[in-house]
Amino acid sequence: MATDIATRSGDWERFDRRKKLLRYFGLLGTLIVTLASWQALGVRYTYLETAPEMTFNLFQRMYPPDTAYAPEIVAPMIATVNIAVVGTMVAILMAIPVAYLGARNTTPNRYTYSLGKFLIVASRSVHVIIWALIFVILFGTGTLAGILSVAFRSIGFLAKLLSEEIEEIDETALEAIQATGAGRLETMMYGVVPQVKPAFIGISVYRWDINVREATIIGFVGAGGIGMELQTRINFFDWNGVLTILIAILLVVMFSELFSAYVRKKVR
Amino acid sequence: MSATSDDRYAEYDGQWKRPTVFRSHTVKYAVYAVVLLFVAWNVWAVRLPLDRIVQGFGSAGVLVGNMFPPDFGVSIVVRTTEFGVPVPVGTNVSDGAVRLWDGMVETIAMSIVATVVGVIISIPIAVMAAENLVPKPVYIIGRTIVSVSRALHELVVGIIVVVGFGFGALAGVVALVWATPGFLAKLIAEDLEDIDPAQIDAIRSTGASPLQVMLFGVAPQVMPRLIGLTIYRWDINVRAATILGVVGAGGIGNVLVRSFDRYDYQYSLAIILAIIAVVLVGEAVSAIARRRVQ
Amino acid sequence: MLSVENLEKTYSSGDEALKGVSMEVSGNEVVAIIGPSGAGKSTFIRCINQLTEPTSGSIELDGVDLTGLSDGELRDQRRNMGMIFQEYGLVERLSVMENVLAGRLGYLSAWNAFRRDFPEEDVRHARATLDRVGLGGHDDNRADELSGGQRQRVGIARAVVQRPKILLVDEPTSSLDPETSRAVMQLLTEIAADEDIPVLINIHEVELALEYADRVVGLADGRLVFEGSPSDLDENARDTIYRATAESSSDPDGDAEGSNGTDPRMITESR
Repeated sequence: MATDIATRSGDWERFDRRKKLLRYFGLLGTLIVTLASWQALGVRYTYLETAPEMTFNLFQRMYPPDTAYAPEIVAPMIATVNIAVVGTMVAILMAIPVAYLGARNTTPNRYTYSLGKFLIVASRSVHVIIWALIFVILFGTGTLAGILSVAFRSIGFLAKLLSEEIEEIDETALEAIQATGAGRLETMMYGVVPQVKPAFIGISVYRWDINVREATIIGFVGAGGIGMELQTRINFFDWNGVLTILIAILLVVMFSELFSAYVRKKVR
Repeated sequence: MSATSDDRYAEYDGQWKRPTVFRSHTVKYAVYAVVLLFVAWNVWAVRLPLDRIVQGFGSAGVLVGNMFPPDFGVSIVVRTTEFGVPVPVGTNVSDGAVRLWDGMVETIAMSIVATVVGVIISIPIAVMAAENLVPKPVYIIGRTIVSVSRALHELVVGIIVVVGFGFGALAGVVALVWATPGFLAKLIAEDLEDIDPAQIDAIRSTGASPLQVMLFGVAPQVMPRLIGLTIYRWDINVRAATILGVVGAGGIGNVLVRSFDRYDYQYSLAIILAIIAVVLVGEAVSAIARRRVQ
Repeated sequence: MLSVENLEKTYSSGDEALKGVSMEVSGNEVVAIIGPSGAGKSTFIRCINQLTEPTSGSIELDGVDLTGLSDGELRDQRRNMGMIFQEYGLVERLSVMENVLAGRLGYLSAWNAFRRDFPEEDVRHARATLDRVGLGGHDDNRADELSGGQRQRVGIARAVVQRPKILLVDEPTSSLDPETSRAVMQLLTEIAADEDIPVLINIHEVELALEYADRVVGLADGRLVFEGSPSDLDENARDTIYRATAESSSDPDGDAEGSNGTDPRMITESR
């Protein structure tokens, strides 16, 4: 009995020591990797010394925001929202069939399932800016390229979450509707739609909210929206105008976030 | 049977309307109408030019054709021996390959530095944004920092820093650090609001200072999650770092934009594939590391 | 009248769930099918309205053979059979009324179904039926707000508004507590009498079968091994039903029997 206790407490101590050692090595490793990364960036230290002063200077040059300029950014700001809405809509239309293929219980066969999963990964792993670079080449600068890049970026996100929702469908309820003699359309309307609809609305609004934010940056590569205007102002060193745009972006993005959160809380 | 059964149920109301989550059916249709009109207005406002869509997708084939095969700038040097048999004797690494490699190294370095700095900055902000730990005015400041950090995309911050200060990779790091509290401080703050107050009271009752309460009462409760989220944030930072170069803020994105400007599409595709590979590897590493931690 | 002749079902996995079962159900009798897990009870019930397609044999409802029908004909015939499920089979996010009215979908055009435009007499019947199963006033509740027993009552109401020629009931009580189980069984027998239709119940609890059924049928290992009144079910008969599977070395369809509809095989077999 006594030996039993002795070995047990010894084990416990050893385990704890190993854990501690692991933790220190983890910390040390992180430190080394971080320092090596810092070295790799080759930052000149003079930059760091002057940074606080420069930051202060920049803010000084930005303040106050240029209110006279404000009316001019209404149009590109609206275009930004337009891009997010239409882009999300196009994405939804394309994500529905992809989700159908990518859900284990609806996909026709193994190959269509792989195809669905591939489309989801492909869409998700290419950043909206890269999509924008490509679509600006194909469609020229402007809103159209923006809409398509937002749409192509969103398909994977929407289809992934939607297919997970489809996989969650309660099949018994579907069978029960079938068993009443309902047709295929009616089974869809009463069995599938009510089960998927709340998640569908929530996911779509959520993605729209994300897309408003993404639509503010695709203008940097010429794909429309407020980003193009912002870049112009920055290149002209019109810092007061820049601050005006930043405030506008802040307001629109925060509003869309609140709206999206409200809808998602309501829909269930 | 039907005639008699109908008589049996005559006392029941034959009118039925589907219940609605809205206040009334009028409100429901009004909301539908508003949503529909809003979407229709958006579609109208952008006035999608059909001919350009058709034309654009028509030329997609040409672009894809120009992109293939991807050119990584690495070729195998082959020498034909005296017997006429080609033998690989080494590799020829072009400038493009070197730029691709350097860009990737810079991207990953940016993501790591930014994660470490971002997390260190996020921790106090998280405490400030936790309603149960700080006084109301501090809480409001904390939440505001989180909201502003979320609302301004790291690329917006990146472009301003690049033009305002002009420091390449460091601008990218600043942009990523900027975006970190919007994610990390927000989630940690939510965790802090859920912590067990009994444990804090226990530490406090021993006469511990506020800092000691934080270290021994609060920190242990959120530590595992903080580590998990840090790894997750690193994964997000890798993704973001790949495109920050588009506005000149360092990393592979710079190389990508230049290749597009030079119509060097084969090289562009190589870069895009490399980015996807790095992003997917980062995602996998992050997923495995998070599972290990939890 | 339902008459089943030599029904066989072999799943694509090779499991023989039914090895030739014949029986008749008519009038307004309550027939309980009992048997151990894996005996083929659920498969039998599901084969009748072709949620599971039988391999061979014939099923006739009032003289119409239900096997080998076209999709349209099968839908028409399914309207005549009310089915009640173990896990209720309700669409949780729809209201109670919509779940009940879903029983009339076979008679409605898709457009009217979409607009929730049901004939007044259907609505009256639905309200009356909800009243009858003790859920009057719950019309606009969402199904996921109800308790298990209440959900099963909605499931029963949905089957009743079909004005079926027979009720098929698959393990109605296995998700319920004993008291609620008895209330549900009581309700089913009352409905059989009121609507003057036969009720075929597949049930795990032998005691409930003895108490509420007019006739008991014992299935074991995919075969019908007992048929008689509850009083005939003596120790001997029980032994035959429950020992048959214990002795057979291989469990023919262990999974298929636990049928709550999530069995992948069930889904692929259903039409």
